[in-house]
Amino acid sequence: MSSETERSEVSKQASGETASSDAERSEASGSASDPASDPNVRETPAGKATGDRTDTLLQTDNLVKRFGGFTATDSVDFSVDEGELRCLIGPNGAGKSTLLKLIVGTLEPTAGHVYYDGQEITDMEPNERVQSGISMKFQVPSVYGDLSVRENARLPVQQLADGAERRRRVDEAIENAGLAGYEEVQASTLSHGQQQQLEIGMAASLDPDLLLLDEPVAGLSVDERTEIAERIRRLNREEGIAFIVIEHDTDFVGEIADSVTVLHRGDVFREGSIEEIESDPEVRRIYLGGEQ
Amino acid sequence: MATDSASATDRGALARIRGRLEGPNTIGNSRGFWLGFAVAVLALAAFPVVGSGESFSLFLVLALLGLSLSLVWGYSGVLSFGQVVFFGVGGYTFGVVSINFPDATGITAAAIAGVVGGGVAAALLGYFMFYGGVRDVYVTIITLVTTMAMHTFMAQTAGSEWTIGEAPLGGFNGMPGIPLLELGIEGVASFQFVYNEMSLLGLFAFDPFYYLALALLLVTYLGLRVLVNSDFGRVMVAVREDQDRTQMFGYDVKRIKLLTFTLGGALAALSGVLYAARNVYISPPVFALWFATLPVIWVSVGGRKSLLGAVIATIAIEYFRLSVQGEMALVVLGAMLLVFILALPGGIVPWVAGKLSGSAVPVSELDDADAPGEVSES
Repeated sequence: MSSETERSEVSKQASGETASSDAERSEASGSASDPASDPNVRETPAGKATGDRTDTLLQTDNLVKRFGGFTATDSVDFSVDEGELRCLIGPNGAGKSTLLKLIVGTLEPTAGHVYYDGQEITDMEPNERVQSGISMKFQVPSVYGDLSVRENARLPVQQLADGAERRRRVDEAIENAGLAGYEEVQASTLSHGQQQQLEIGMAASLDPDLLLLDEPVAGLSVDERTEIAERIRRLNREEGIAFIVIEHDTDFVGEIADSVTVLHRGDVFREGSIEEIESDPEVRRIYLGGEQ
Repeated sequence: MATDSASATDRGALARIRGRLEGPNTIGNSRGFWLGFAVAVLALAAFPVVGSGESFSLFLVLALLGLSLSLVWGYSGVLSFGQVVFFGVGGYTFGVVSINFPDATGITAAAIAGVVGGGVAAALLGYFMFYGGVRDVYVTIITLVTTMAMHTFMAQTAGSEWTIGEAPLGGFNGMPGIPLLELGIEGVASFQFVYNEMSLLGLFAFDPFYYLALALLLVTYLGLRVLVNSDFGRVMVAVREDQDRTQMFGYDVKRIKLLTFTLGGALAALSGVLYAARNVYISPPVFALWFATLPVIWVSVGGRKSLLGAVIATIAIEYFRLSVQGEMALVVLGAMLLVFILALPGGIVPWVAGKLSGSAVPVSELDDADAPGEVSES
């Protein structure tokens, strides 16, 4: 119960402090049903969005990905608003990671479209998508093991700043990852949790508008989970970064999410608040039947 | 006071230059290293007085080829067997142009054309590979095949139809008659870099080509140090370590690989130009399989992630190879490659540098009990 009250506080603060979409945000988080599940918003590409209450940041339209005979995502219509913190859950093989890869462009869709910030990005190279404000942390922590923590942190930042400003941002990224004092340590010698923290810091230091995290707390201790949950909420609240987070742990999801999307067999199965999702007997059924 | 502040700015400038030359991507970031470096350069400069610069200049020229592979393979992770292609293209282009325009201006232009030609060849090959989605070991295979194709092609250019202007390509017999390297503008100022010794004021023997090669090697080495320690160098290393991850930080990985490959090609071509100019001759064996393998051996033994390693190993191995001569040397080199890949994959120079400076990574710090993330689940 304590995590629920904490979460609603967070969403109140988020609606107050997110500069870009303050009015819409408070209305959105206040309303019972999530705007993304509103058919008007869902069915329309972002560029022509008729949803007048929110600014849709990302929208997928009929997104299909097949690997040979296997359909990983099947006509997914999915959208995320500016400044929203969305969690993506679903049994193994539901197509969560595939959807993220389609959004970020490391996979090409078999059919369908992706719209970001009002523009179609379906044919954009991944690095161009990153330049336009989408950033991603992969499932397996992939910091540059041979490089020092500082060199790792410099790599994304050097595109955005020079000189003293760059130093400040690098120090800040290291500090926020809880790695102050570890600057010259080779990244491969960090613990799993530290690598996750460093990588989230690197992805966030690109000043993205949308940050995709694939299982950011898998295999971490309770304390490390709490740290990362706080960090995600802070980035969302203070910098207005929208998130799509894939996570299995429903406690963690309950702690951070504004809203939850359940994927099942490659399509959106349910969307709503964590309470709605958790109490949904159908969701319980697919989890129990599908995985455990 | 005035002199104080002047020397302070001098120190400032010196520190700035050092700052650009030093970084985590090169070995030798200490005062001691630069002292040793200065001694080594002076020793190389004095070498022709005691030894023979005549053959040693060849090693300096080939060290440029070694550096080109270290840049492409060691720093951006593209294992290329094709450095000799650009080496050969550089040499042949230099030969063709200089034979047709055998005065100082023409020969200078030929040298530039050779370097540009090698760079363009690398850019073309690189474009089709990297933008065509060729990766990893397939790049190695394609560059290897390109080398073999060039070898076969150049070997069959014996006929008179393979004459460009005044310059016959010469098939397997090669292209003789390349003029001596004379740089400058004809009639204004020029200097002939002959490769044999000439007496300077009757005091000591002077070998102009040796000093040209030494100067170019020095400038290239220092220039590459600046490059690999720059922002671009950091991205190159990131591409080597994990290109997909690097793309996800917003970098155009294909473009970075193409730029590095092109630069590596131009550098190999510079080596080829000097090689052809030194020998006044070039022939198809520069595209031969055994010659294509040599840079890979130099760079593997010296340490591919080390520019210094590439230079030292090239000079040492070529010295050995040419003093032993014959097939035996190649057998020894092949065995050496195997031993190094198995026992010391990082190469000898980084290993020695690690021994000299103690453990490079303060791993002990990780055992700190207060370290974040060390708290156990309870």
